[in-house]
Amino acid sequence: MNAITPISRGLAPFEGRLTGITNDVRAAAVGELERLGLPTQKVEAWHYTNLRALSGHAFATPGMVDEGKVTAALAALFGDTEALAKLPRLVLVNGRLSAAHSTTRLPEGVSCTSFATTQDFGTQSAPDREAMVALNTALAEDGVCLSVGAGVKAGAFLLISVAGAGNEDASFHPRHAVALGEGASLTLFELAVSVEDAGPAMYLHNPVLSCDVAEDAHLTHVKVQEEAENAVHLATVYADVEPRGSYDSFTLGLGAVLARHEVHAALRGSHASVHVNGAQILGARQVGDITSVILHGAPDGISRQTVRNVLMDHARAVFQGKVLVERIAQKTDGYQMNQALLLSPNAEIDAKPELEIYADDVKCSHGATVGALDEDQLFYLRARGIPDDQARRMLVEAFLTETVELVQDEAVRAFLMQRVERALKARVSAGEKAA
Amino acid sequence: MPAVTETREQVEKLGQSSYKWGFETDIEMDFAPKGLNEDIIRLISTRKEEPEWMLEWRLEAYRSWLKMKEPTWAHVSYPPIDYQDAHYYAAPKKKAGPKSLDEVDPELLRTYEKLGIPLHEQAMLAGVEVPEGEEARLPVAVDAVFDSVSVATTFRKTLSEAGVIFCPISEAIRDYPDLVRQYLGSVVPVADNFFAALNSAVFTDGSFVFVPKGVRCPMELSTYFRINARNTGQFERTLIVVEDGASVSYLEGCTAPMRDENQLHAAVVELVAMEDAKIKYSTVQNWYPGDENGRGGIYNFVTKRGACRGARSRISWTQVETGSAVTWKYPSCILQGEGSVGEFYSVAVTNNHQQADTGTKMIHLGRNTRSTIIAKTISAGKSDSTYRGQVKIMPKASGARNFTQCDSLLIGDQCGAHTVPYIENRNMTARVEHEATTSKISEDQMFYCRQRGLSEEDAVGLIVNGFCKDVLKELPMEFAVEAQKLLQISLEGSVG
Repeated sequence: MNAITPISRGLAPFEGRLTGITNDVRAAAVGELERLGLPTQKVEAWHYTNLRALSGHAFATPGMVDEGKVTAALAALFGDTEALAKLPRLVLVNGRLSAAHSTTRLPEGVSCTSFATTQDFGTQSAPDREAMVALNTALAEDGVCLSVGAGVKAGAFLLISVAGAGNEDASFHPRHAVALGEGASLTLFELAVSVEDAGPAMYLHNPVLSCDVAEDAHLTHVKVQEEAENAVHLATVYADVEPRGSYDSFTLGLGAVLARHEVHAALRGSHASVHVNGAQILGARQVGDITSVILHGAPDGISRQTVRNVLMDHARAVFQGKVLVERIAQKTDGYQMNQALLLSPNAEIDAKPELEIYADDVKCSHGATVGALDEDQLFYLRARGIPDDQARRMLVEAFLTETVELVQDEAVRAFLMQRVERALKARVSAGEKAA
Repeated sequence: MPAVTETREQVEKLGQSSYKWGFETDIEMDFAPKGLNEDIIRLISTRKEEPEWMLEWRLEAYRSWLKMKEPTWAHVSYPPIDYQDAHYYAAPKKKAGPKSLDEVDPELLRTYEKLGIPLHEQAMLAGVEVPEGEEARLPVAVDAVFDSVSVATTFRKTLSEAGVIFCPISEAIRDYPDLVRQYLGSVVPVADNFFAALNSAVFTDGSFVFVPKGVRCPMELSTYFRINARNTGQFERTLIVVEDGASVSYLEGCTAPMRDENQLHAAVVELVAMEDAKIKYSTVQNWYPGDENGRGGIYNFVTKRGACRGARSRISWTQVETGSAVTWKYPSCILQGEGSVGEFYSVAVTNNHQQADTGTKMIHLGRNTRSTIIAKTISAGKSDSTYRGQVKIMPKASGARNFTQCDSLLIGDQCGAHTVPYIENRNMTARVEHEATTSKISEDQMFYCRQRGLSEEDAVGLIVNGFCKDVLKELPMEFAVEAQKLLQISLEGSVG
């Protein structure tokens, strides 16, 4: 097997950085990566998403980003949502924690360290089963380790990634961990954005986030991905939930030329609950992939998943959702729904909702629908004097609102709706120009 | 619980296994030597008195097969198959041909009697003239395939008067070479997949149906497949071509004797429907599933595909899968013709250690094509059952519609039921809907039935039949009755 060199397995874009690694964990990850190679479409979990966008590039360790541009990017983000600006936040610039842009004041009972100092990879991914996680393990430089003490209601917390590649292709692989003690609660609001006019190069953002939710603890995880037009965003989230705990997540995918949000959520204790909701608005030649594996490993668990996609131009959305119910997980209640609205003759949706069930006393269902806007609904609005384009926008917005409304936090929800409206407006006008 | 005792008694009555088709017929057989190589393929081709092009076709398939790998993506596991450790040709020793009843091996006749095939029983087999009125009473024409060879085809005269060709495919290759050559491999190419390539190389018989323009086939056509001999695989090939405006309903049944070792069945079925043509293909698959410890049983690796070539053509697959140790089967429709329709109705039952990975593919190419998928999966004992299906809407399939419903029922806590649909849509005007549920028989349902005096077993039978009703109602009448009985037998011993 020694004959397999990293280059032959599609690892050329990272070649220089994968050699000479001495740390045991990282070296093991490199070994695993060499065995797995970068995923191709022959790998079932990557059947619909290819990583050709990465080939031909050489991703270096990222350089610095102009401070003024970072400030401008953050200001743009909080422009109309004061409520968010007031929240405690941690900001990473090109994958590196930036003290200047982060708040130093943390809520009581919450502690925070950086991965750069702890070098703690956690246990959830070990051994690395996913190639992109192995790549992260091998190259991770920084990240955030948040821990919330037992019984602490920590409120909302922002985790912001600001990126800009400059003139040289770069990749950064932040490693985040969130741990909630018994009965604790936290809303983690993750934002991935880029600075304006960063330069022509592309970047790969490959974060890994591990969440540990203890008994009776509740973690809400909301993510908005608005990376640069030519960026690649490949994120993996692990969430382990103990008895009566919950992991409630929502991801909104808007940016990047290629994005994948992969969630591995495990209900480890009884009466746990997991929500993996999301929405994507894609145009141009964007590819957006939401992949999830929800493992019911204990009885009486509840899992819910609603994902909606709005696709324009040549965009392609991928949904792969697996619900695995182990023999012990009796009385599981699982529901999964994936829907897509195709607004262009060249758009494409590929969906694979999957149920794997070994327990008999369960209630599991999934559904998927794909189609264009409902002509009857459109007619109804038109008949009431609403112009065609406005009527279409209303229907698309309504379609997305139903998922955004699954987010509990009001300020976060308002921000999401604003991003949705903005994205729709931008995509529609871009589409009209193209047409 | 009395129901448990009753169940046990019933099972004991049925002997060690409830597989009542597990008899072996002692007949003189003509075997080819074990193993697979080009010489064996030449031997098969020679025995079948095939033309040169057919041999070349087989060899091409064999050569592609050598380069292919056995698929591993299905949710099934079985020990590696030694493809050299089987006879690829086994035929009942032939006399001059079944011209009269006496010439047919009485053992063979008894086999079919036990199978309960609606052959126009033994007299028809022998080709004995039948009074006019009698034919009308038995409106099913049967082609019986025994191990690798078609042994009898009934009602040929009536059919040929209507212009319908229904004969063993080996005969069709000799008698209608142009027709066969035109369509064979046109839906499932020789190198389509591992098992299809193997079949193309070594298939020994099967049925050929040709329904010419505008003809409504006057009766249902039926094939019974039976694997009998030890160490054989069965590789039958079915080709059904239905011309413009014609229609046919075709039934397929399968059984095999009980054996300790596993036997391979790798069939290929190709359907071609031209403009306004209709094909209804129904299967009751009852190969030997192995004993309660998972020993023996048939590996059923089948490629079935239909092409709706003409506008408004319709292909409908209905299957009741209760047998086989391992099933790998995805009857599919390629919807080319504008407004063509594909349907897939399936009940798959697994018990004991059976494994089934089955489903369908609906490939929408033409405009306004429609497909419906109704799949019901029932798992009991220690079995695993997977629905795996693909719905693919290509860019030109404007106005395409698909509706898919997959329901799984779990009986007992040692089994698994899985659903793996692939939905790929590249046309914005297409509408695709998919629904899947997994549940067990609810206590309320059971209580309701038990309260009305039904035994636990009967209650389960009733509920399962209700669960499968959407599919069973698609079966032709004779088959529906048989299928219901089969469901009950397959699930025996799974309750209590």
